[in-house]
Amino acid sequence: MSTNYFHSVTLDREKCHGCINCVKRCPTEAIRVRDGKARIIKERCIDCGECIRVCPHHAKQATFDPLSILDQYEYRVALPAPALYGQFNNLDDIDLILGALQLLGFQAVFEVARAAELVSDATRRYMLREDIRRPVISSACPAVLRLIRVRFPQLLEHVLPLHAPVEVAARLAKKEAIARTGLPPEKIGVIFISPCPAKVTAVKMPLGTQKSAVDGVVAIREVYPRLISLMKQVPNTADLARAGRMGIGWGSSGGEAAAALRERYLAADGIENVIRVLEDLEDEKFYDLDFVELNACSGGCVGGVLTVENPYVAKAKLKRILKYRPVSCNHLPGQSLEEAKDLFWEEPVEYDPVMELDPDIRVAMEKLQQMQEIEGQLYGMDCGSCGAPSCRALAEDIVRGYSTQEACIYKLREEIQTIADGLRRLSAVMPRTAADQEKSEKEETP
Amino acid sequence: MSDQAIRLEYEVPGDDFTRAGEASSSVKGVLKKLGLPSQAVRKVAIAMYEGEINMVIHGGGGKITVEITPQEVSMALEDQGPGIPNVELAMQEGWSTAPDSVRNLGFGAGMGLPNMKKYTDEMEIKSQVGVGTTVLMKVKVS
Repeated sequence: MSTNYFHSVTLDREKCHGCINCVKRCPTEAIRVRDGKARIIKERCIDCGECIRVCPHHAKQATFDPLSILDQYEYRVALPAPALYGQFNNLDDIDLILGALQLLGFQAVFEVARAAELVSDATRRYMLREDIRRPVISSACPAVLRLIRVRFPQLLEHVLPLHAPVEVAARLAKKEAIARTGLPPEKIGVIFISPCPAKVTAVKMPLGTQKSAVDGVVAIREVYPRLISLMKQVPNTADLARAGRMGIGWGSSGGEAAAALRERYLAADGIENVIRVLEDLEDEKFYDLDFVELNACSGGCVGGVLTVENPYVAKAKLKRILKYRPVSCNHLPGQSLEEAKDLFWEEPVEYDPVMELDPDIRVAMEKLQQMQEIEGQLYGMDCGSCGAPSCRALAEDIVRGYSTQEACIYKLREEIQTIADGLRRLSAVMPRTAADQEKSEKEETP
Repeated sequence: MSDQAIRLEYEVPGDDFTRAGEASSSVKGVLKKLGLPSQAVRKVAIAMYEGEINMVIHGGGGKITVEITPQEVSMALEDQGPGIPNVELAMQEGWSTAPDSVRNLGFGAGMGLPNMKKYTDEMEIKSQVGVGTTVLMKVKVS
């Protein structure tokens, strides 16, 4: 496993005020304020984008590729996410979006929704296996997959070991482009039009495979204004849409689960809700479920931080578009699981124990005891002034050697008070000579 | 070093479903921090959650004491509820005395005690009608 971490969330130091909005909201307690600026603990960050959403100063930024990345390739294929389709007003023809993408500089378009239908097909075949752990948990949301990996190791064996639709789409698109153009792979650029920065991380630091087939990730919000103007120039003879309802439905919460064609499913969205469901799954509170779809963003992918439209409005718009599409247009060959094998992870996703206090359980226990002691001495205000999200997190930071008790302003005040009391006491003690003088002065005045 | 132990204590309020599961959730967090094998964490979480729910439904709340050593996790769940008249019967799958109001919430399927037994390495129930029930459970770490 690589020890280098890449993250799609970066900080604009100029804009950061060192407030604790992001620190408090981070689901893996991965942010601390140090020297007046927010810092990300790289091993813990799952790229959910929550900090980008809550930062009132817009200091947290998502990393993605600029549109100029197109210039690096001779032949360019766009991979539009289904969430893109939900961004436009009064749209009932997907061809307008896909045509506009071609006008933007892509020679070809491969809808991610097409690959989503293949992933759904593979999911249905996988679900027939008797020897799998149920419920099966979806792996398409990169932030959720990373969350499970660092916080819910016992659930890893429930996770669907399939590539996300964008990865499948990239592989197929590249193959198609090579066959069509005869160009070497490095001259072909497969570019994802993404609602979410976590996908950037999934491309640079993929899980389940050694290398991603995606060459670049551009933001929906960046191409959106360009597409709006280009859409008017798309000829009404354009015939590009190749995905059905099942694939496009993946763009909002519940779409993937519905396409698994299982009655007993659950779809949760929003990172807090996702965590609650994972906690309950861990305690086996659901014994009647086949499939669980989880999306870190509220509303699903339409709620990604790189989108433009309100997620619930986008969801409604997506629904409207679905009406005009067939149920499913893309299928894997045959019926067997064997024929779906290209969609499966090439390597397992393993537990990353970044939250553990120590690899040695005895040392971890000692540290935990120290932590409890320190926490008992803190005030329990969870004010965040120390730069950690809670008093418990500060206690942990102290034990780990990342912080000190003096970082707590209440403890600091306590200490100042002790010193002040000491000073007051000392100031009352007079040197003998001075005391004599005072006494004699008093005696003189009437 | 071998006698090193971490003790955790929790008050479980009676009749408050919204808070049921808080103690087991907290213990789960601690065990993860300690880096216990995930199988052990899972067993403790499931068994303790079931026990905690039982304390709320039947026992009117009570006290949970958890002791963690590098070798095992021991849990003692004590309530001053009505007690279990026939422990052997209660251990059978599907046997339940839960009222409808509780079943409507998705509990009371009669799987609580059998599940607790299934997920622990040792389990002992001491119960006296009119006095209360104490459930002792142990999960081996490795």
